[in-house]
Order: sequence, then C-alpha cells, then structure tokens
Amino acid sequence: MTESETELVPLPYDAAHLVALVGDDWGERLLGAYRWMILGRTLDARMLGLQRQGRIGFYGPATGQEAVTVGAWLVSRPEDWIFPGLREQLLALARGHSLDAYLHHLFANDQDPARGRQMPCHPTAREIHYVSMSSVIGTQISQAVGMAYAARSKRASSVAFAFFGDGATSSNDFHAGMNLAGVQRLPVVFCCTNNQWAISVPVDRQSAVAHLSMKATAYGMPGATVDGTDIVAVYAALAPAAERARRGEGPTMLEFVLFRMTPHSSSDDPSRYQARDWMDRARAHDPVRRLEGLLETLGQLDAGQKAGIARDADLEVRRAISVAEVVPPPSPESLLQDVLAPSAGTGAATGRG
Amino acid sequence: MTELTLVQAVNRGLFEAMRSDPDVLVLGEDVGVNGGVFRATEGLLKEFGEERVIDTPLSETGIVGAAIGMALYGLKPVAEIQFVDFIYPAFDQIVSELAKFRYRSGGQYPCHVVIRSPYGGGIKGGLYHSQSPEAYFAHTSGLKVIVPSNPADAKGLLLTAIHDEDPVLFLEPKRIYRAVTGEVPDGDHRVPFGLASTVREGSDVSVFAYGAMVHVAAQAVDALATEGIHAELIDLRSLVPLDEKALLASVEKTGRAVIVHEAPRFCGFGAELAAIIAEKALYSLKAPVVRVTGYDTPFPYALEHLYLPNMERVAHAIRKTAQAA
Repeated sequence: MTESETELVPLPYDAAHLVALVGDDWGERLLGAYRWMILGRTLDARMLGLQRQGRIGFYGPATGQEAVTVGAWLVSRPEDWIFPGLREQLLALARGHSLDAYLHHLFANDQDPARGRQMPCHPTAREIHYVSMSSVIGTQISQAVGMAYAARSKRASSVAFAFFGDGATSSNDFHAGMNLAGVQRLPVVFCCTNNQWAISVPVDRQSAVAHLSMKATAYGMPGATVDGTDIVAVYAALAPAAERARRGEGPTMLEFVLFRMTPHSSSDDPSRYQARDWMDRARAHDPVRRLEGLLETLGQLDAGQKAGIARDADLEVRRAISVAEVVPPPSPESLLQDVLAPSAGTGAATGRG
Repeated sequence: MTELTLVQAVNRGLFEAMRSDPDVLVLGEDVGVNGGVFRATEGLLKEFGEERVIDTPLSETGIVGAAIGMALYGLKPVAEIQFVDFIYPAFDQIVSELAKFRYRSGGQYPCHVVIRSPYGGGIKGGLYHSQSPEAYFAHTSGLKVIVPSNPADAKGLLLTAIHDEDPVLFLEPKRIYRAVTGEVPDGDHRVPFGLASTVREGSDVSVFAYGAMVHVAAQAVDALATEGIHAELIDLRSLVPLDEKALLASVEKTGRAVIVHEAPRFCGFGAELAAIIAEKALYSLKAPVVRVTGYDTPFPYALEHLYLPNMERVAHAIRKTAQAA
C-alpha cells in the first residue's frame, strides 16, 4: 500500500461555514460529537477483543458508521423516537442510555434492562425512546411509520428516525413503510446507512439504482445521498429533514454512504468477499479521523486534548466492563416472565403458568 | 339487549370501544369508505373520521407493522386483515415482532395490538378465502388467540381484546357472520379470556369445538340426544389462553373426547388438546380421543362440502366414541 492510497480525505469546512450551519457553539458541539465517536470506537475495539476471549457471546461493531449515529444525536430531540437498524447503539448512549446499562446488556446479565433476552448489541432503552430491535431486517421501518402516525394523532412534535442498512432497502417493510409514510405525509426521517455490504453481498447486487436514495421518488418523498463519513454533511442533511417532518411536511429518505470498517459481526470473515483495497479506501474516509482533522485544523483540538479524550474513553469502558462482568446471569425464573402481561399470569404462551 | 348478527356484534363492539376510548383506532384495507368487505367497520369513518379509521395501502406487513408502532406509542390499534388467508405477508411482523416485543425488551415495550380477521370455510371461497391458520399463531408464545362463535361472545371477547394488555389475534368465523343471530348485551359488554363455554351439558362424550364448528357440533349433539347419547359440547372461545380446567373437567366426567376443527388435522390445534388430555387425564379415558377436522390438503373449492366437518361426520365420531369399549 502506498501512502497516497490511505491519505485521509479532509473535511473542507471553515469556521464561518460551521457557524452558519451548526451555530455559534459549533466547536463545542462538534467536540462533543468527537468524544462520543471516540467512545464508540473504543467500545468496538474492546468488545471485539472480549468476544474473542469468550467473555461476551457476540459483538456487532459500528466502526466507520459513527458520523451518522452521532450526527443523529446532534439533530434529534428527547421527544423523538429511534428505531435502530443494526449499528445505532452509539446513538442510544449519546441520547443518555447509560454505558453501564449497555454493558450489562452486552454481558446479558441480571442487570441488563432487557433481562438477557437478546444477543449483544440489541439493546432496549425506553427512557430515551430507543425501541427494542430484532435481528430481522427491515421490520422496524413500518413500525417507525406507525409510531409517527400515533405521535401526529396526539399532536406531539416527535419525529421517528428509522435506521436501516442498504440490504434492508430490499425488504418488504422498506416498501410498506416508505409507501405508507408517503401517503400519510408522516414525520419520519428514513436513514439508510449504506455501508456498501449486506454481510457479503455488495450494494450493486442489492439494487440496480445508482443511488438508493432514488427510491424515495417512488414513494413521493424527497431523497438525498449524503457522505456518511462527513459528520457535517450528515448534520446538514438530517437537520432540515427533521425540521421538515416536525413542521408536518412529511418524510424524507437520506442515504448515508459510508464504509464498514470491520467484519459484519464477530461471526464474519470479510477476507472471503472483500477486495484487498477495501480497507484502504475505508480508512481514507474514516469518519472519526476526518472530524478529528477538521477540529485540529480549526484549532478546536490539540494533541493533549486528543490524548485525554482517548484515555477517558478507555478508562470509562474498562470501568464499565469491570462492573458488568461480575454481575450474575438473569435468574432462572425470568425465563418465563414477560411473555404476556403480568395480569395474564407467568409462564408459557398458554398463560397456564 | 339487541338482536344482532355476528358481524353486527363485531361492529357494535368497535363502536363501543372507539366511543369510550379515544386511543382506539382501526386500520386496514377497505375499512373506511367501504366499511370493510364484510361491513364489520361500517359507519366508523362517519363517526370517528379519517384519523381513527384508516384505509391503508394494500400491504399486510405494512398494516401490522404500523399498528405495532402505534401501540408502542400508546394507542390501541385494531388492525383488520381482510381475509386471514392474506395474513402471511404480516407473519414476520406478528411472529417476530408483535409477539416478542414485551419479552425481548425485558417488559419495557409491551405491544398491544388487536388483529381482527375473518377466517374459515363454508362460503365457497376456495384456497385463499377459507383458511383456518390458528395453530400457527397459537404455537407462537406471546400472542393470544380468540375465536368467538356467537354474536354476544363476538362483542364481549372483542371488547376484552381491545382493553387487554397483550397482542390478540381475533379470528371471526365469517361463515356465520350473518347465519347466526343472537341477543347481545348493550354497552361495554365483556367476556373474559381463558373461559370456555358449555353449550350443551352431557355425561357420555365431551365434544370440543370453536368458531363455526360449534354450530355443526351442536347439530350433531342434538341429533344424538334422540338416540340416547348425551354429549357435552364445549365452545373453547379462547385458544390462548386455554381453559384447560374446563377441558380436563369435562373429560374426567365423560371419559370420552371428540375434537372438532376446520383446519387440517396434522399439527392442528386439536393435536394440542389431545396431548393435554393424554398428559393430564389419560386415566379418565374410556376410549381413544377422536379428531374431526379438515383434511391434510389445501382448502378446496368445488369439494368444500366434503372437506369441512359436517353434522354427519361429527355425529359419527361421537357415536363411535360413545360406543367404544
């Protein structure tokens, strides 16, 4: 590999642009975004390691996708709802879900808010309107649309953020959800994180359109393709889409093109299907390094701060691991709970206890 | 009390729920302007408006997926699947999502959706307007499955469903939507889940049925009474939760059981009933359990009358069971 192949593509913004787009406090907000990105990156590295050591059962990293999740944090409001796809866990943390709670979930222990019912990286965080996700692709899309309908009928200003990957644009519920949202002009922002891979299937085998955002046209809503490794571009696309939804003007579909910089999950081996130069191209568009470069260029981040942020993230993740790892697994009784409402009695589907 | 058909009782139940609770809304194909292809939702649009009576695009997964989202937010959606034969595009939403939300979120996201759907044969509807898929759903933990057989139960069980905390699949026997009438209590009439109803008392044989088959079985039971065979007919009404107590009490009394349903026999709901009897009341049995069911074929068109259990087939099974040593 030559130096030029991995040279970072810089973010081309000056301070005046950021003041106009993000506001006078752009430096503080983007530095906050950078902290979350570093935390996400640290978490991915540590947890993949723990999975390899057999200390957690599974892990699905989001390395390379941080500009979208953290960009959505900058834009979303507390009253908004998040319907995650596969890799939005960092958005849950940034919106206020505690790292400890998330680590309890990753260890599937007795303090997991979802009581150890799901594989790691499938958190539920009702306190921040982060909806329980399944491993089924696309089903959350029509659910987000229904939630947006309900919010509008209650005259609430909540917006539904529906996240999904490029593969999900082939699913039944992508069509069903986009279609219904278009017909009803619902407050939904459809966020397609096109990391260019559905496990091993490249996006050009997923769809014949040049840009997935072109699909928006078929549902009567605006669509745009955005550089999903540029947090400023993500913000610039998401903020007006959310405001449009809040004003009652209907849904938007945004396609964030980015690079999956890790295997699909801890169970995947990309060397079977990715070209050798994939990671070089991905590293040139590393969203964390791109924001870091911008903040350095604009004098918002120096070497000392950078090291401090990395150290804080590392310490915080290590601390949370040490807390969660010693908590015992969920109680045997919990196996039979939450199948039906408590009023139906505990036990199997028959409610017979 | 008002004399109503079964489909009118469903309609009254929806009016009652929507008048008393602004969070109740109805969505599905043709449920608005057209009032539903069976008229179950007739008049709702006029009284409650487009926001609460939604004519949806033609997508069952979209209907159920959207209903789930509404329920997560706190509404009480009643989704109509026009014929249960068309529910399969929504199977993923029902089985993977609706039934599992409470469990997978550790109780954080209960998801209370009612799915109403006409089911069953007897209207010359062929393969795709006749099916009885209750076993697929009864097999799925986290769902309740309810099947009324008469107008009063239709209204009472539907109102219980709408005010329940769990997802409910409410299967309406369309063959008797208009063929059966009965007195229906006015107002907020509720029939609890998990309680079977004794339609005929008897001591010789227990007959278990639900939906339209209750009426076929009743004809058979009445005919056999003239032969001196006194069968007990139990309408299960609620498949999940099941009134296991009533099932076992009747078998313990009679020692003989006949199970009737329209769905195919293999892995049908009757298989579960027979297994429960075998596990918990075997020593009360004086004869093998007998099932009278549809055949293990797709639902036919021209030969529907041969496929569906009829009075003769049920009577034959009861007689055979009663006379077994």
